[in-house]
Amino acid sequence: MNVRVGDAAQAPDFESAAKKLLRDTQLRRNLRHATDIARTKRNRVVEEMPDWQALRESARRIKEHTMRHLDIYLQQFEDACTRAGGQVHWAGDADEASRIVVDIVRSHNEKEVIKVKTMTSDEICLNKALEAAGITPYETDLAELIIQLGGDAPSHIVAPALHRNRMEVREIFLKKMGLKQLGETPEALTEAARLYLRERFLRVKVGVSGANFAVAETGSVCVVESEGNGRMCVSLPRVLISLIGIEKIIPRFDDLEVFLQVLPRSGTGERMNPYNSIWTGVYPGDGPQEFHAVLIDNGRTGILADAESRETLHCIRCGACLNICPVYRQTGGHAYGSTYSGPIGAIVTPQLQSMQHSQSLPYASSLCGACYEVCPVKINIPEILIHLRAKVVAAGESPFSERLGMKAAGFALSGGGRLGFAEGFARFMQRFYERDGKLQNLPGILKSWTEYRDMPALPKQSFREWWASREQKRGRRT
Amino acid sequence: MLISLFVACYNDALFPETGKAVVAVLERLGHTVEFRSTQTCCGQMHYNSGYQREARKLMRHFVEMFRDAKIICVPSSSCVAMVREHFPKMAVATKDGTLIREVDELLPRVFEFTELLVDKLGVTDVGAFFPHTVTLHTPCHSLRSLNIGDRPQRLLQAVRGVTLTPLPNYDQCCGFGGTFAVKNADVSAAMLSDKVRCILDTGSEICAATDNSCLLQIGGALSRQVTGVRCMHLAEILACTESDAQSSRGGKS
Repeated sequence: MNVRVGDAAQAPDFESAAKKLLRDTQLRRNLRHATDIARTKRNRVVEEMPDWQALRESARRIKEHTMRHLDIYLQQFEDACTRAGGQVHWAGDADEASRIVVDIVRSHNEKEVIKVKTMTSDEICLNKALEAAGITPYETDLAELIIQLGGDAPSHIVAPALHRNRMEVREIFLKKMGLKQLGETPEALTEAARLYLRERFLRVKVGVSGANFAVAETGSVCVVESEGNGRMCVSLPRVLISLIGIEKIIPRFDDLEVFLQVLPRSGTGERMNPYNSIWTGVYPGDGPQEFHAVLIDNGRTGILADAESRETLHCIRCGACLNICPVYRQTGGHAYGSTYSGPIGAIVTPQLQSMQHSQSLPYASSLCGACYEVCPVKINIPEILIHLRAKVVAAGESPFSERLGMKAAGFALSGGGRLGFAEGFARFMQRFYERDGKLQNLPGILKSWTEYRDMPALPKQSFREWWASREQKRGRRT
Repeated sequence: MLISLFVACYNDALFPETGKAVVAVLERLGHTVEFRSTQTCCGQMHYNSGYQREARKLMRHFVEMFRDAKIICVPSSSCVAMVREHFPKMAVATKDGTLIREVDELLPRVFEFTELLVDKLGVTDVGAFFPHTVTLHTPCHSLRSLNIGDRPQRLLQAVRGVTLTPLPNYDQCCGFGGTFAVKNADVSAAMLSDKVRCILDTGSEICAATDNSCLLQIGGALSRQVTGVRCMHLAEILACTESDAQSSRGGKS
């Protein structure tokens, strides 16, 4: 097995990546601006829904049910899709999935593919595999195009170029599209992208998409998007290949009723996505005449096996948790070193890799709970973060100093007397750091506290000492 | 009414004034307060950091200590969230039937300080006097886990002399998050700078909250930047009366 989540296995830890990114003032400004807009839009269309909580609960239950019977629904999907003229492939890991796609493209002697926005493709590093096989992938989602042309990595699961502003996009287009001049308005930039893409839509014979949902009952695949470029990719080419993470299955066509409400409202703050494409196998004389569904595991069954974090697989990749996350708002997605960023990325990435890599991610959260509150399928992300931290600790992979500190604290807190003694000891020690009632340049892990904030010195008398002396005085009085 | 105080470990050592204030308010309302000196910690730091074994021990200690207490008052929303949200799951994980039952019986007796005043004791006016401009920080745990709602506001609004200024983006985390503040200190500090900006925009002289752990973080920056704004636990404001209005100057900052 070669589970791959983009380049996450080689990525630097979150702390050091974040430290660097926090110094990028343009990025910080872009992030504040973009997340503010996304939050406001989402809140507006969620607050107008009287049955929002009921919808969330429905979505959660459908997902929970599906995960419990995933084996059955996957086979049902395979049968239905095959009946409708599609071909279903099973990929155990990232490399196998890429190989399947490359082989299909090669079997048609094609050298180019056009792509709908798909995070799964980034997860399995499909573009690299295609390029290595001499096949040129063209990203057609506007944001993915910006990323591809800029030699950049996506920083958001819904809006991959969220970290770029308009002027930066203009620079990239000017340089990479070989343009002599280009206006600064959104219209001018869109026009440039349109001219660049249309020509490819008409020329390229193979399309590659991801899937928002795959319906077991009918074998249909559903992709939602805002630009219509996805619609071009799934309707114009002769051959269409869809990458489908096995958790994207939903049992019935009717279940889309729930998900096509919660997804657009949570993701882009729209009541409905402008383009909802649903296709089932092939239809003679209309659209692609060959359809391949590649069902990808790549670490997902490992998550399925853990009852405490299984609901990670419920995610519909709406990105609401990224937009609301106060950590993501500061660092952006690149700090997470993975295709999947933000709170959901912090639980998906390490788990897909069986906790062998990206172990700093479960700590990239203040556990404020905002992600859980906005999640349209009610994934208790903070709880899973804690669960994953416990796995790191259980594997003996937390820092030695931390383990020692936690043990010592555990001992000191095991009884009132011991705690009182520990407080006395701390008060004795603090004289080496105290100045004007504040502690300065604290040692060890506390050093980073005093780097940014003051730390008050422990008062001379703890509460328990005050209480004891009060009781004593009272005793004398009575 | 006999009320047992769980002061919280960090309040015990760092913020004894908060504990004293809770005692003062409850006694002023005619209740008797007890403090069980065997108490230590709810286990939140261990639990949130993944040290489940240590957290379980502290939970057992907590449950044992308050087994016969009728009402337990906790002036820390995050500790209450720990007890209410995590103790039941942790107890179930031990498969110890007695512990599961005891945790079950414990929960309805544990009150966050403002819950105790407003819900259990039915008071919002505790007879406080505090002639200062105050903004109220909302700890994430009180907002999303305890659903404390406007209880702290209602208590503050009933304080004579106080000017309450609304805090913009009140639902945004201050960046403390326990060990997060030191493990990811840079990100934590960036989040904190957003919070400080909002607090300063209110023009208040005091930032109050129902949880000193947030205030350790916020106060640490307010002090470092010599902003002239200080932090106070809500209980300390509620404890102030006309007679000690003079001496409330120059508290912790």
